[in-house]
Amino acid sequence: MTTNIMIVGVGGQGSLLASKLLGAVLLSEGYDVKVSEVHGMSQRGGSVETYVRFGEKVYSPIITEGEADYILSFEKLEAARWAAYLKQGGEIIVNTQEIDPMPVIIGKAEYPTSILEELKTKGVKIEAIDALSAAEKAGSVKAVNVVLLARLAKRFAIPYGKWIEAIENTVAPKFVEMNKKAFELGYNL
Amino acid sequence: MKQLMIGNKAVARGLYEGGIKFVSSYPGTPSTEITEFLAKYDEVKSEWAPNEKVATEAAFGASLAGARSACAMKHVGLNVAADPLFTLSYTGVNAGMVICVADDPAMHSSQNEQDYRHYAIAAKVPMLEPSNSQEAYEFSKAAFDISEKFDTAVLLRMCTRVAHSQSVVDTAERVEIPNKPYVKNGAKYIMMPANAIKRHVVVEDRMKALREYAETCPFNRVEMGGTEIGIITSGTSYQYVKEVFGERSSVLKIGMPNPLPEKLILDFAKKVKTLYVIEELEPIIETHCRNLGLNPIGKEKFSILGEFSQQTISAAFNLPEKPSVKADTVAPARPPMMCAGCPHRGIYYVLSKNKITVLGDIGCYTLGAQPPLSAVDYTLCMGASVSGIHGFLKASEKDAQKKTVAVIGDSTFMHSGITGLVNVAYNGSNSTVIILDNSITGMTGHQQNPTTGYNIKGDPAGKVDLEALCRAIGIRRVRVVDPYDLKACEAAVKEELEADEPSVIISRRPCVLLKYVKTAPALKVNKEKCRACKKCMSLGCPAVSFKNGKAHIDATLCVGCEVCGKLCPFDAIEKGDTL
Repeated sequence: MTTNIMIVGVGGQGSLLASKLLGAVLLSEGYDVKVSEVHGMSQRGGSVETYVRFGEKVYSPIITEGEADYILSFEKLEAARWAAYLKQGGEIIVNTQEIDPMPVIIGKAEYPTSILEELKTKGVKIEAIDALSAAEKAGSVKAVNVVLLARLAKRFAIPYGKWIEAIENTVAPKFVEMNKKAFELGYNL
Repeated sequence: MKQLMIGNKAVARGLYEGGIKFVSSYPGTPSTEITEFLAKYDEVKSEWAPNEKVATEAAFGASLAGARSACAMKHVGLNVAADPLFTLSYTGVNAGMVICVADDPAMHSSQNEQDYRHYAIAAKVPMLEPSNSQEAYEFSKAAFDISEKFDTAVLLRMCTRVAHSQSVVDTAERVEIPNKPYVKNGAKYIMMPANAIKRHVVVEDRMKALREYAETCPFNRVEMGGTEIGIITSGTSYQYVKEVFGERSSVLKIGMPNPLPEKLILDFAKKVKTLYVIEELEPIIETHCRNLGLNPIGKEKFSILGEFSQQTISAAFNLPEKPSVKADTVAPARPPMMCAGCPHRGIYYVLSKNKITVLGDIGCYTLGAQPPLSAVDYTLCMGASVSGIHGFLKASEKDAQKKTVAVIGDSTFMHSGITGLVNVAYNGSNSTVIILDNSITGMTGHQQNPTTGYNIKGDPAGKVDLEALCRAIGIRRVRVVDPYDLKACEAAVKEELEADEPSVIISRRPCVLLKYVKTAPALKVNKEKCRACKKCMSLGCPAVSFKNGKAHIDATLCVGCEVCGKLCPFDAIEKGDTL
């Protein structure tokens, strides 16, 4: 059985670090792991998606519609954009932060504020959290990624210490404490 | 040791263990990280070259001198390097040489989705194609041996999904390969007609030998399963096929797409009931099968456009769809855009405001084409802004020169803008060329280039003096402006467009994302003063939006560049608190 996780958000929100930490932990647990991301053009404030897949043997590096067990969304609108990738019975973990895309900024479109409620009425399981506040409490708005990762981590039977170990091995030394704090706050939200 | 690696890192590791000593590349998504990772190894002399032709020729020079070498680029980069490629096929190599090139099906970050396997066939150079990181590592390492055994450079074909997917790689240690002696050999290395005529014979003989090798090459393998369906596939498509069919179908996995293993293909075709070829982009393998008298199902079911997925394959075989839920409300698109504080924004604002025709180029600043600025009229390829404006003005009424400019980044100007500017000066068009000098190669993720004064390792290096270069070319009117200074930009653009000779405006300010750039505290909107005229929003800055009837500045994005403040007629945008 392969487990499929999509990490979605806006370029610059730090999804690369989240997928890196997740990949490291899953590899150390002995799984076959594939992580797929697109660099380049999409980094510049565009919509970004990262696929993380793990299991005994993983072939495709990407996830397609109806396949994701979890969608970890760093931004509200992005959760809705990628909702079709969720499989039946899957779960969306979403940061309630709203970042206006350019069509909204220039007044060509409205930010669809009730889009999560709409998905809920269709039976989609959603956990919405204010990761930005938790990140600020940890010391940096940039730690939204680790707060959210911690929410996802709670879903797996992987010891807490493994995640902390991955943070210590991956993050630059001066940011380790802040990220550990963010993980703790996210985990205990 | 087992590690998760993106394909590009695995290529770097494979080349490293294979004894590479020199790499020269030009950055291009999705190939850039190959060279960045190689630069971390002290044993490898690593360089960013001004363009892919220079990189390929430098790597060839290193091979000639006896050191194992490589170069890396994106698919369109090989267009630039095609000239050396076709003739180094004739000369062959001394020490092993690997040319790593990444295709970009679906154009995640490219201007076309050409399938560069055509080049391998046309230039008669062998090609290897991995389907995951472990193979990227193994194939890169083996490519040196194949290169030396058959006396030819080897193309390593990556694609976005292999280059930028992480999967598990089991690494080993580096093998130190002593340099081969350089021996003068004009008949082999001087490609003038009398020699080249003889070398073409060698090329044909080599292809024959490579075709034989392909039959037993371990990178081509048959995985027999159910025989109702037999699939010939390669690269990332192989992974999608296995995802969908597992052991239920038989697969001939091609790891060496040029030359193809003909006997292996014919033998495989005999063993299965229905033969499919599943390959992204062009029908290269499929056409070859047809030439062998086979009649596989290929492009009639699997598109020539874009990239595949397990879903594409399932749908083509009419397998059941996976149920999913869609929101009825359509999520507004979130296209990439220039960052808050991007120095390109100011100059584009001026060009857009004055309704100037802008011949654009390749880089972050291509994003100036996006609304609301919508400032760019065309982008073709690296350098085509400067070459294009010359022809555009030569063929236009004289008035056109007063409302047309070319824009090109510092790295792109080094890559292939210089020759275009030489043409402007030499053949005399009244062109205005704006060099957007943000002191870095931005779009590919901050690589140094000859104008930055630093090399790939971040050490001080030779620095091109752009002003002096333009003058030396014959442009007398060369001036520098700060793109945050909208008034100065507008004056410069207007004056140079009016001038009766060609000119260069250097719009100079480092990329706001560079670590050494100090940013100011986020600006604030004084809600009392704001009259909701939305002038600030005409910049298309992601930090500026409209909330509750007033302009709003997002403090997490704003870097305090104050360009929006300069536009505000009511002084409603104020400096923020110090950090």
